[in-house]
Amino acid sequence: MAEHIVLRHRDIPDIDQLEVYLKHGGFETFTDVVKNKSPQEIIDVVKASGLRGRGGAGFPTGLKWSFLGKAKPRYVAVNADESEPGTFKDREIMERNPFQFLEGVAICCYAAEANHAYIYMRGEFWDNATRIEEHIQQLYDRGFLGKGLFGSDVDLDFHVHLGAGAYICGEESALLESLEGKLGMPRLRPPFPTVNGLFSAPTVINNVETLTNVPLIVAQGSDWYRSFGTEKSPGTKVFCLSGNIARPGNYELPLGTPFRELIFEHGGGIPDGKQLKAILPAGASAPILMATDEVLDTKMDYESVPNVGSQLGSASVIIIDDSVDISWVEYKISNFFKHESCGKCTPCREGTYWMLQILERIHEGTATPDDIDLLDSVAQGVQGKCLCALGEFASGAVVAGVERFRSDFDLKVASR
Amino acid sequence: MAEKTVTLTIQGMEVTVPAGTLLVDAAKQVGIYIPVFCYHPKLEPVGMCRMCLVEIGRPKKDRQSGEVMTDESGEPIIEFGPKLETSCTTPVGEGWVVRTSSEKALQGQKQIVEYLLTSHPLDCPVCDKGGECPLQELTMDFGSGKSRFLYDEKMLLAKHVPLGDLIFLDRERCIQCARCTRFQEEIVDDPVIGFEQRGRSLQIVTYSDPGFNSYFSGNTTDICPVGALTTADFRFEARPWELRQAASICPHCPVGCNLMVNTRRQPDQEGRVTIQRIMPRHNEAVNEIWICDKGRFAHHFTSSPRRLKSPKIRRDKEWVDCTWEEALETVARAVKKAGDGLIGVAGGRASNEDLFAFKKLVEGLGGEALLGDSMGGGDWVQEVGVGPGTNLRDLGQGDAILVVASDLHEEAPVWWLRVKQACDRGADLVLVNPRETRLDKFAGIRISCEYGEAPSIVSSLSEALASPGSGSGNLKSAAKKLAAAEHLVVFYGQEGLPPAGSQALAEACATLLVNSGHVQSPNNGLIPVWPHNNTQGAWDIGLRPAGKDLASTLDGARAIYLMASDPVGDDPKLAEQLKAAPFVVVQDLFMTETAREADVVLPAQAFAEREGTYTTGERRVQRSYMSLPAMGDARPDWLIVSQIGRQAGVSFDAGSVVSLFAEIAASILTYGELTYQSLAEFKSEWPPVRGDDLYFGGTSFANHQGLGVQLDPIQRVDKPPKVAWSHADTAPADQELLLVPVDRLLDRGTTVVPSDMLASRLQTRHIEVSPKDASRLGLQDGAEAVIEMNGSVHKIEVVIRDSVPEGSALLPRSIGVPAVEPKLAKIQPVREKQTE
Repeated sequence: MAEHIVLRHRDIPDIDQLEVYLKHGGFETFTDVVKNKSPQEIIDVVKASGLRGRGGAGFPTGLKWSFLGKAKPRYVAVNADESEPGTFKDREIMERNPFQFLEGVAICCYAAEANHAYIYMRGEFWDNATRIEEHIQQLYDRGFLGKGLFGSDVDLDFHVHLGAGAYICGEESALLESLEGKLGMPRLRPPFPTVNGLFSAPTVINNVETLTNVPLIVAQGSDWYRSFGTEKSPGTKVFCLSGNIARPGNYELPLGTPFRELIFEHGGGIPDGKQLKAILPAGASAPILMATDEVLDTKMDYESVPNVGSQLGSASVIIIDDSVDISWVEYKISNFFKHESCGKCTPCREGTYWMLQILERIHEGTATPDDIDLLDSVAQGVQGKCLCALGEFASGAVVAGVERFRSDFDLKVASR
Repeated sequence: MAEKTVTLTIQGMEVTVPAGTLLVDAAKQVGIYIPVFCYHPKLEPVGMCRMCLVEIGRPKKDRQSGEVMTDESGEPIIEFGPKLETSCTTPVGEGWVVRTSSEKALQGQKQIVEYLLTSHPLDCPVCDKGGECPLQELTMDFGSGKSRFLYDEKMLLAKHVPLGDLIFLDRERCIQCARCTRFQEEIVDDPVIGFEQRGRSLQIVTYSDPGFNSYFSGNTTDICPVGALTTADFRFEARPWELRQAASICPHCPVGCNLMVNTRRQPDQEGRVTIQRIMPRHNEAVNEIWICDKGRFAHHFTSSPRRLKSPKIRRDKEWVDCTWEEALETVARAVKKAGDGLIGVAGGRASNEDLFAFKKLVEGLGGEALLGDSMGGGDWVQEVGVGPGTNLRDLGQGDAILVVASDLHEEAPVWWLRVKQACDRGADLVLVNPRETRLDKFAGIRISCEYGEAPSIVSSLSEALASPGSGSGNLKSAAKKLAAAEHLVVFYGQEGLPPAGSQALAEACATLLVNSGHVQSPNNGLIPVWPHNNTQGAWDIGLRPAGKDLASTLDGARAIYLMASDPVGDDPKLAEQLKAAPFVVVQDLFMTETAREADVVLPAQAFAEREGTYTTGERRVQRSYMSLPAMGDARPDWLIVSQIGRQAGVSFDAGSVVSLFAEIAASILTYGELTYQSLAEFKSEWPPVRGDDLYFGGTSFANHQGLGVQLDPIQRVDKPPKVAWSHADTAPADQELLLVPVDRLLDRGTTVVPSDMLASRLQTRHIEVSPKDASRLGLQDGAEAVIEMNGSVHKIEVVIRDSVPEGSALLPRSIGVPAVEPKLAKIQPVREKQTE
């Protein structure tokens, strides 16, 4: 793709400088929005663009905004927790194209009629958080944030909040709990955050990448945006490519780009003469895929990936070559989820611990063949019973691993 | 207005419940049990444990019209979702079909139990909860019987973690259901415990110093669905199935919480039957399923070795044990001889039967029978007390509560809890207190008030109420709120008031209630925050505090008979009057300060050793049953009194408490309808607790022994006498402060101190002063000061608190410094001795 929508810093040098960003039309959209547009008009254009949440769930952004409860105050919470293994897109956006992101947040606030946005960043982003705070200060200094923007009665304040390093705080309701100063644990839904969110007020929660799309969508219209991607998954997506790949990194490509193109054209294929074995299309949280031709020809969009038994999620594509034992991958993934389970609900808290115990035995070579079935059964038992998606991810990973790469597990047990 | 209802089918049974009912409760109401751990009917649902998974089928609706779609036979098409759902978080829906025990649902429930058990130590044989444990019950119902989890892979965690002096945590047994933390936060607003860490390391910790600092902490052990939380005094003491149960009424405050006393023979106490634990007994109108920690833990006095075990008589200034015959004969002779020179003083701790017999005896001999409790106004409570059918749980939006001169959190914690919850439901709270209390946070209006000023403020409020628009500021808006309230309950206490002051306050409150029309009906009226559990019963029986002060009343008495009353403990100077009296007999549990001045001391039985009835501040008459054998030769108060009566020639029908109560019913207005049978009536209440529902409501006991009967207010033509009382100017002079006695829950009373576990929580010997007064008087926090009043001098520690009103010093009762009513006192720092 010649031009970028989200990773525009790759086209425009120094766009992380406010002057450069302004020179390229930065904050003109927001200024125009505040002066001339109604919140509903913004919601309508975002709705029409078909933009879907880039955090993983792919929920239509404009629709989410239109669900907002009528009560005031309202809040915008930006999910900058970016905690999915293998995901590093929001970080690049915030580091290199911060003002487009912040303008997106500002437009979202206007559409939501919120006076405060909380940017929730994972604790490890402390250095970036400092820079974002400096950028926010620049926006105050230039009158893009603060009281009575552009002579209107619109007040807008941004706050940066650092988490303490928990995967679960990327889950939107746990993020809200954490913002409120509580232990990061998901809430029951309903009520949904759009009705009862931060401090019990109607709250929009969007991912960094999602909001970074917004200024250009509003500026150039929904038809322009829909010229990228597929009908149901319009626009571009930043794919985070990592693992056994020649050229790892972020690639902003239209949604619907096949795995094969990402891996072999953009990523340069598998290094060291090895063969592609498996793909984790969305970090640890989507079921592992066998690298069959069917999978490689699958379009990376929100509808197509489920057809081959996984999810697009946050599109953190981890490539695994044929030197890797998938039982080891599952062991690592289980370890991650056991470490990150918040402990609120029983199946996830106990199931992730149990699965790890069994996988550890498999990994150490002390397991019996029955243990593979036990592992599968424990994982299946967790499925569909958890309070939030984490337990489903954790068990889904194991179920898919055992189902699709059973021989790797058998080998570990047989080699005893 | 008819409540909107929803009809659905649960496991084949058609159920109609109010809209908004949670599925788990709807099922329970028709006897279908859905297993739960984290769900508790008194707490907000959280859906954490996932135990209550069921299959929910919803009628399929046409997308366009929203109409329910039907099949060929005209039946609605029911669609079941792919996932099991938690029935504790799901309000019922019209036309639903719910499968609670289908293969799929059952498999889900079994799976959750299996997961829970992977981290559970399975130490039921040594666990205090064993035998009444929801996890144990549900393991029997849903457990696999065989573990697929390798025992060696269990996490080993700390098993004896003191969360404070009262509650211990076993981290291995905890199933992270958050019932305890939610109770502390939602119900009692003491969020002093909470979760820390995450995942399998998620654990309960305490944030307070001292640990788990809450007056309600014991309740968490009842609702804990496993043996994770146990009480310091019951843990490892007995198995639940060894315990015998008897219903009782808490002897500590006028709330009258319903209790179940659990007893057992105690090997290390020579096989004596002792109280092993006190548990709440369900009474939705009184204490729901909660009790405070004083009620739960301060029972160890019953087995204290310091209890009086036999009658004692003074011979040559020495105490010697004597027979009951000798003691009774001596007392009978002396009181008969005294005739109209006999003065009897009975405390509000005694039962109705005791007090009735006592009054009969003393008055039968021509003497004067007095109430030992100094607070006034019980006659007004008879007139305008809350009407039958009152349940503070019903108060909410549109209702109002007025609290005057009382610190409910310290004086009657369960009332505090229920007032707080009424505020949570939207009731308006108006406070008239000179200082900040734990209710201030929930108060809509706080009317500032000096010590002693409460009666006049309530009178002004009452006037503002009678003529709308009058008054000013807070008073005006409070009057408006109270007048507009659908229901109005007024609590009054005695902080900062002498007896005449609290009498005047009761009168002012009564006038207010009459003015606003909130009398003679349910959830309307006056509730006195009495110093004792049965002070209201004493008033109903006709006992009154001494008209003048007690000292001058006792002057010149020829004989003094004190029952369940320790006036010398409150005011050591009274010892002079007792010394001067020719004959003093004291009937009590312990060798009190008062008893030390007696000629004869008679050992009385504790509340749990005998039967009786008690009347709460809400004028609910309740029955207490016998659960313990007598300590030594102690006898019930009523029996001692009637035996003295028989020998002194004043005979009344006192064959048993039942016959005495029949006499009460025959002679005391409004008790007429009551019998021991009617007091024992009960009906099942929601939520169901205990029984098959251990895991649903916790281990508090269901009430099968009587909900008690609330008395009708009396409609008298002649109103109680007016008292002349005005708030004197108590501006302290130089070096002076107004010393105000205050009630603290964990005081140093004779029925509290013997419970060792409470030692660190008991009131220390201290006074509390404001920072300003401290600097004016040169007092330092933690340093000693000297109090001088009425010629006596007391050394005491100073604690500086922001909440103390200027010009006053708070003096907790029972710490060994005379504290009957507010008094000006000279307070000076103790200076280091100057070298000469």
